[in-house]
Amino acid sequence: MTDPAPRLAARGLRLGYADTTVVGDLDLAVPAHAVTAIVGPNACGKSTLLRGLARVMRPRGGAVLLDGRDIQRIPTREVARTLGLLPQQPDAPEGITVGELVARGRHPHSGLLRTWRRDDDLAVDEALRATETAELVDRRLDELSGGQRQRVWIAMALAQEPEILLLDEPTSFLDVAHQLDVLELLAELNRTQGTTVVMVLHDLGMAGRYAQHLVAMARGRIVARGTPAEVLTAEVVEGAFGVEARIVPDPVYGTPMVVPLPRRRGGPSPPVAGG
Amino acid sequence: MSTHPLAARVPLLAAGRARRRRRALRSTALLVSLTVAVAVAALCLGAYAVAPPDVARALAGRGDAGDLFVVRELRLPRLVLGLLVGAALGAAGALFQTALRNPLAAPDVVGVTWGSSVAAVYALIVLGLSGAAVSLAAFLGGLAATAAIGALAWRGGLAGHRFVLTGVAVAALAAALLNYLLTRSDVRDARTALVWLVGSVGSARWGEIAVIALALGVLLPAGFLVARPLRALALGDPLAAGLGVRVTRARTAVIVTGVALASVATAAAGPVAFVALVAPAIARSLAGDDGPALGASVLAGMLLVAGADLAALHLVPGGTQVPVGVVTGAVGAPYLLWLLATEGRRGRR
Repeated sequence: MTDPAPRLAARGLRLGYADTTVVGDLDLAVPAHAVTAIVGPNACGKSTLLRGLARVMRPRGGAVLLDGRDIQRIPTREVARTLGLLPQQPDAPEGITVGELVARGRHPHSGLLRTWRRDDDLAVDEALRATETAELVDRRLDELSGGQRQRVWIAMALAQEPEILLLDEPTSFLDVAHQLDVLELLAELNRTQGTTVVMVLHDLGMAGRYAQHLVAMARGRIVARGTPAEVLTAEVVEGAFGVEARIVPDPVYGTPMVVPLPRRRGGPSPPVAGG
Repeated sequence: MSTHPLAARVPLLAAGRARRRRRALRSTALLVSLTVAVAVAALCLGAYAVAPPDVARALAGRGDAGDLFVVRELRLPRLVLGLLVGAALGAAGALFQTALRNPLAAPDVVGVTWGSSVAAVYALIVLGLSGAAVSLAAFLGGLAATAAIGALAWRGGLAGHRFVLTGVAVAALAAALLNYLLTRSDVRDARTALVWLVGSVGSARWGEIAVIALALGVLLPAGFLVARPLRALALGDPLAAGLGVRVTRARTAVIVTGVALASVATAAAGPVAFVALVAPAIARSLAGDDGPALGASVLAGMLLVAGADLAALHLVPGGTQVPVGVVTGAVGAPYLLWLLATEGRRGRR
């Protein structure tokens, strides 16, 4: 990779639930100040990997390193001030307002006896502005559209002031316009504030367009990593998803675009056999 | 969507915060004034009526000997015990419901209070104990029931819904044990046990009130302390963990404190039904708080138990023999039904 000193890394990481291992002996370096997308088929362990990286799951083996230190040995709050995690479907208390929700992102900055301070207000204001949700501050979360709601959740994660932001499928359940909104927002955060972004994405085209670093997973292992052009190849897509695909350059952005081909006969077959 | 440059001076949260503070103040004022009104009525009313000025004099230790006896030895202990029990149950309910993220989670629904009851009835009927020994048995029974629920519900962590469901099962088991104990006892013992089981503040003595007050003096501040991560915990376990909350540890601390509060209340007055379930709901709807609303729940619990005891004394036929639990049960059960009906309609979002 281009970045010599990754801030977040996994060494021989093994993660699992009960008696199944989901992620096995995985090595990964997350480049600092870049956008990394983790892609892979359902149940390949990408969400689990994200949880492990965020210290929400204790590893069965190996370690997650934050700035070279074992993340399990760093105090919980210290981790939470550096790393923000947005799970796929977070719960919201009934009737909570946008402002109250975003304010909860300040939890890692609150001490045992410390009350709300000026810098908490500033961080919340900044998060609301960055996500263009400032005018929603006194609205109830359950009145908002899916796209607005997702921006509010991202605002909550930003109020945490993390240098590394981990997001689990931030665009699922959103229409294409709102998907673009969210991805543009994350790209801008990365550009303007240097936030390291790691996200799990389903859409390979969006991953290729918005991430500088791609990680393809299958069956709990990394099958390819690198730039979009290095990862989004017919071989990797076939190996990871079991789907034959043709890769063509995106006519607008020039990033690799994956055109999946039908797995079985009987589906719509390509009109031109192609060279 | 540009923001006005001047907007930076006033925090965006300021307006909402001021609104919430006003509402909290209003709801606190309302709960406090209602509780004071109930307290005054409780001290004045009765077969031997005492006028409010005489009550004030008697409280200060002056005035007529009859007034002094009735107010300070008969009515005040009963009132104070009711207020303490209410405070403990209100806090316990608020802690349970927020930690387990379930408005139905209350110590009497998830079996904690049932554990207290079995232990107390065993002490009364089988061991032939009475007084403080029964209270101690009730306290220990509550803790034992919780330990059992915790152990059965544990799956590498403590999930709220699993705790509640296991608690309901443990409650059913405890109810069966309780019925077994009652059927094999003789009629007089069974009657004593039944009076205890309904929950009553009628037998209050200053010595035992002092013990309860001391326990609450430790447990209530502890409750506020362990409630701090609850706002983050309400966003779901993964997000709370990401926000730096040690999820299992935080939830266990809240549940243990809630159990201790509920067990103290049950040890003092028996299982006063539904207060722990209803008080936090009243508090949340009044205070409009999306957190545990712990302070308002304490006040609502005090108001509920003191008010229910007043109603039991003066409104329910049967005179001084009607225990407070009869009234709280009569008010609480319809509320539980309403809650079940509306929760079902709303479904999970």
